[in-house]
Amino acid sequence: MNTVFPNRILPYLLLAPSVILVLVFFIYPAAQSVELSLYRVNRVRDVQVYVGLENFERLFHSDSYINSLTVSAKFTVAVVVAALTISLALAVGASLPIRGFGVYRTLLIWTYALSPAIAGVIWALLTDPAIGVLTDLLKAIGVNFNWRQSPDDALIFLVMAATWKILGYDILFFLAGLKNIPHDVLEAAALDGANSWTRFWRMVLPLLRPTLLFLLIMNTLYASFETFGLIDITTQGGPGRATNLLIYELYQDGFKSSSRIGLASAQSLVLLAIVATLTFIQYRFISRRTFYQ
Amino acid sequence: MSAISASTTETAIIYEGRWRRRFYPIIMHGVMLTAVFLVTFPLIYTLILSTQGTALGSLRPGTAIVENYSDAWNRAQMDMLIRNTLIVALAVALGKIVLSIMGAYALIYFRVRGGMILLAVVMLTHLLPLPVRIVPTYDLLTDLGWVDTFKGLTIPFFASATGLLLFQQFFRTVPTDLADAARVDGAGPFRFLVSILIPVSRTNIGALFLIEFIYMWNQYLWPLIVANSARTRQVQIGIKQLVATDAVIEWGILTAGAITVIIPPLIVLLVLQRSLMSGLSASGEDF
Repeated sequence: MNTVFPNRILPYLLLAPSVILVLVFFIYPAAQSVELSLYRVNRVRDVQVYVGLENFERLFHSDSYINSLTVSAKFTVAVVVAALTISLALAVGASLPIRGFGVYRTLLIWTYALSPAIAGVIWALLTDPAIGVLTDLLKAIGVNFNWRQSPDDALIFLVMAATWKILGYDILFFLAGLKNIPHDVLEAAALDGANSWTRFWRMVLPLLRPTLLFLLIMNTLYASFETFGLIDITTQGGPGRATNLLIYELYQDGFKSSSRIGLASAQSLVLLAIVATLTFIQYRFISRRTFYQ
Repeated sequence: MSAISASTTETAIIYEGRWRRRFYPIIMHGVMLTAVFLVTFPLIYTLILSTQGTALGSLRPGTAIVENYSDAWNRAQMDMLIRNTLIVALAVALGKIVLSIMGAYALIYFRVRGGMILLAVVMLTHLLPLPVRIVPTYDLLTDLGWVDTFKGLTIPFFASATGLLLFQQFFRTVPTDLADAARVDGAGPFRFLVSILIPVSRTNIGALFLIEFIYMWNQYLWPLIVANSARTRQVQIGIKQLVATDAVIEWGILTAGAITVIIPPLIVLLVLQRSLMSGLSASGEDF
């Protein structure tokens, strides 16, 4: 610690704005969520009845909520696994000490600048029944892909768009992690023919563990929350309820209906519990502390 | 006999080594170029579509580029959208940079009683993303009269665990001599911060600006709920309106709108990606 300046009050003044903002916009609303989840409340607040844990009971007895949980789990696992695998492979490739490879580092990270909503527009174009190239390509190999009608296709569609969008971010962080690994380790892992696979698992991956943990958490949060725009601009939860992820269900109950504020708050808390648990498990599994972001 | 076979193996190894050295880079360039093409193709196709007025869906660029882009611009009121989103993205990026530098400075260069607790409080923001407090936060905004205002779009985002950690970690690596020398020279805490600490933090400031600008430019859920009028509407919601205007999607115009909206964050990424890379690698050093 290099404490040098003797001022006693100044540091608190410097920290105050951050702490106040966190208390007002994070802690207080989160506490309110807990309180609201115990009430039956409507938007204008003329009805406010204490109902204990009834909202949670209703949630877990509701087929549509169980459906949202299942769909979200499938979606999140698919996106996280696909995104981390593809981006790790591409980042390792782009990090090889070969002349001219620097350019790939720039050419592979640009999807980071896209929003999930724009990714939705782009993939809706690629898979449009009339003018999508991907639709034509799939038709050529005998697959009839239509996410507006088929529930399975809709989920696959969202997974593809969401994975593609997050590749840039993941590659960026893997590249930063790989930069700290000595060149000869990478070179050996890449050049050594049959042994390269084992070397990769034994030497490169352990060194990337902090990055992997960080990305595992960030990708889980991304798949659970940030993909809202992608869903809202394309499938809107459909067809039927096939892509009604937890975040979309929460939005509909909290802002599209006038009487389900309590229910929406209960959903918020369930989300919090899920995210906290997953984060905790991921930390325990890959251990060690990760500090950026 | 054995000598002969040994030398053949040796030649084989040398031969193979030479083969590897010569062709391996070429093959890997091929692999990487294919990867770049696959990742980039969706955007290229979107770009092509945005030039087509008729014969939609072919791979040949069309001639309707001017019509599509100006239609998208006018229909979405792009000048307003871009202005509004720039205000929000710049305000939040700068606000977060200032607040997190202030906080990290306090924690590293002063004696703060309960500093760890204050840090932990700010860190809690990581566990409380918007969805887990969205209904009460919206209520709070209503009570404050901030719905449909730039205040409501920016101030709730100002606190930054990311930034506080980034700068706190970086300040630890700044040599202690620097602050000692400044003090000996009679520089107060403010002058040390402004004339020494902030200039040496350029890279980290660039990195945080990049992260937060893109994050805010791409916000969707919060603006959807909070920014209802054209006065405050954000770009992503503008794109949603281009999708929703008609029963039949006008792909030429929609793709032109999408490309327009992508350009500002892409420029920021291109300009600042070096800062981000070195900022990330540096902060990753101690584990």
